[in-house]
Amino acid sequence: MAGLRFDLRDTPPEAPALRAELRAFLAEAGREWTPMVRAYSWMGFDREFTREVGRRGWIGMTWPAAHGGGERTAMERYVVLEEMLAVGAPVAAHWIGDRQSGPLILRLGTEEQRREFIPRIIRGECAFAIGLSEPDSGSDLASLRTRAERVPGGWRINGRKVWTTNAHRCDFMIALLRTEAQPDPKLKHQGLSQFLVDLRSSGLTIRPILDLVGEEGFNEITFDDVFVPDSMVVGEVGQGWKQATAELAFERAGPERYLSSLPLLTAALDDLRAEPAAAEAVGRLLARAGTLRQMSLAVAGMLQEGKAPEREAALVKDVGNDWEQITLPETIRDLLDPARTPPQVTEMLGIITMVARSYSLRGGTREILRGIIARQLGLR
Amino acid sequence: MSDELRTILLEQVDRLLADTVTPALLRGLEQGIWPGALWAEMEGLGLTLALVPDAMGGAGLGWDDAAALWQVLGRHAAPVPLAESMAAAGILAAAGITPPAGLLGLVVPGEAGLPWGRRAGHLVAAGGDSVTLHHPAAAQEGRGAVSRLPFDRRTPGPQVAAAPMPATLGPDAASLAGALIHAAQMAGALEAVLDMSVDYATTRRQFGRTIGGFQAVQQLLAQAAGEVAAAGVAAAQAGRSAARRGLAGAEFEIASAKVVCGEAAGKVAAIAHQVHAAMGFTDEHALHLHTRRLWTWRDACGAERVWARRIGTAALARGGAMLWPDLTARDEGAAA
Repeated sequence: MAGLRFDLRDTPPEAPALRAELRAFLAEAGREWTPMVRAYSWMGFDREFTREVGRRGWIGMTWPAAHGGGERTAMERYVVLEEMLAVGAPVAAHWIGDRQSGPLILRLGTEEQRREFIPRIIRGECAFAIGLSEPDSGSDLASLRTRAERVPGGWRINGRKVWTTNAHRCDFMIALLRTEAQPDPKLKHQGLSQFLVDLRSSGLTIRPILDLVGEEGFNEITFDDVFVPDSMVVGEVGQGWKQATAELAFERAGPERYLSSLPLLTAALDDLRAEPAAAEAVGRLLARAGTLRQMSLAVAGMLQEGKAPEREAALVKDVGNDWEQITLPETIRDLLDPARTPPQVTEMLGIITMVARSYSLRGGTREILRGIIARQLGLR
Repeated sequence: MSDELRTILLEQVDRLLADTVTPALLRGLEQGIWPGALWAEMEGLGLTLALVPDAMGGAGLGWDDAAALWQVLGRHAAPVPLAESMAAAGILAAAGITPPAGLLGLVVPGEAGLPWGRRAGHLVAAGGDSVTLHHPAAAQEGRGAVSRLPFDRRTPGPQVAAAPMPATLGPDAASLAGALIHAAQMAGALEAVLDMSVDYATTRRQFGRTIGGFQAVQQLLAQAAGEVAAAGVAAAQAGRSAARRGLAGAEFEIASAKVVCGEAAGKVAAIAHQVHAAMGFTDEHALHLHTRRLWTWRDACGAERVWARRIGTAALARGGAMLWPDLTARDEGAAA
């Protein structure tokens, strides 16, 4: 269809053993997880949990052994990700580093950067934030204005980033910044560069923003003459846009784009047995879940082969977001009898109802994703 | 069958159908005109016996190859009941009965008739503990209310052969085969309907530009593309599972495919008609030749409701703790 391919893949032969190991670990680690923790899942920040995950070799699984990585396959990593998400594990303290910051540093970073950051990410000791959105640059990301100017030995940053998830708890940010003024809006994609910014730098202020759930999930970050040494430039100066968009296939392809609300289905299922409409409704949910999983695996397979399935990833995220955000929570809500529902299930449904708004915003809005698909169809 | 051979076969069938299946031919079907030349060509290619093992004179294809072929057939509005005949022959062969030549009708429990039942030389029933081959009783000719295609009531007559139901097919063999056929055909027809809609959106002009240039239309078609992709994956996964574990072992995937493709049929047909507007509502435009089949196949051999209930009943019985382990174990049991 219009050049988009979703070839079926298999999970790797190691999967059953890996799953058994993960399930044992997660059952133990998850004993105390509240409905809030599980509903927040990959936005939930828990350093201790992340260090345990690192100790077991589940961060940087595919990275070269020379830098401390596990040299396992991308499909084995996929198994780990989906097992974590299926139970709503609080993975935010390593999720970004494992998914995109680490791979970016390995691909385009200097040897010095690799030596400094990769082992720490693998141990779960260096949490990354993504510095993209700004107050006036959301979906129109390339219009961003936070600038880095050359000064002796490095760069001086001024401006603001916003909606940066967990920045106040993280150690470093990979920030996309303007290194060359670009008065012509048509050329806005030029003159951008990526930097590794220490979130404890002088002149950098992080102000947590309370979200509608009542959590301090994201932040506003103000850069006031923040100095970043030359050694913290990632890749090539001026190539930031190309570098950042190449990351998007990684950012959008994962199972987190359809599994976010699965813990609600798992938690509620046993309370639906008495409801006559449940069989059909749950069947419809599972038909989609199995299909989305195969679509997601197809994209993971392409990533493993070194392809950049940005458009396939956008499509899977769009279809997956609809399911996790609308179909699943609405179905469960329709089926549950409030009078007989255990409080922890009611609580999780309530939190997911609120959190789900973010699913079709984070990592590219529904409208932006559909624009990408429309371009693939030849409509723009 | 190797990926390479499969690609060659699929391209060959796609070309044959592209050259033969014109809107005029599709309209003729609705007048009861049998496309004899096309059917003869398909028989000549050995497609009717494609699911029959080499040793029994067939091509030895698997259910995965068959599902891919039926998707191609659906892309061209499935002008002949090839899929049903192919599945019936495959089921006979799996039970050890050599399939007779000619068009075979597959008797699916609960269905009021058979597509082109009047042309069937034999009928195959496959349910419970036996597979049986019959001469057909006289046909009561009819036609589908929405498809307007020949859809005839034809009951099995004198029995020609019988064999115990093989475990890989299971007691619901005919229903599962019917669901797989229609899911795969829908996945193909959905591709055709999306292509037609994109073509129309890039040629029809209003307000001084093509309507596909408007974001409102782009968003609709992008949503349709997501549904079409999901349908294709669901159908392919159902075929692959049946190839690995037999029809009985692929109940979850076949049921899922019928649900996902059926839901997609509803959504994508609606979007296609919205994009085509009044032009697509005319008899003259070819869009309805495809969307009327989508609506028909959606209801054939069990609508979404029926198959969703099967999946859901099983999942509720297993309970919340087994939901994710069951979903992930299916592939891994087979791959091991």
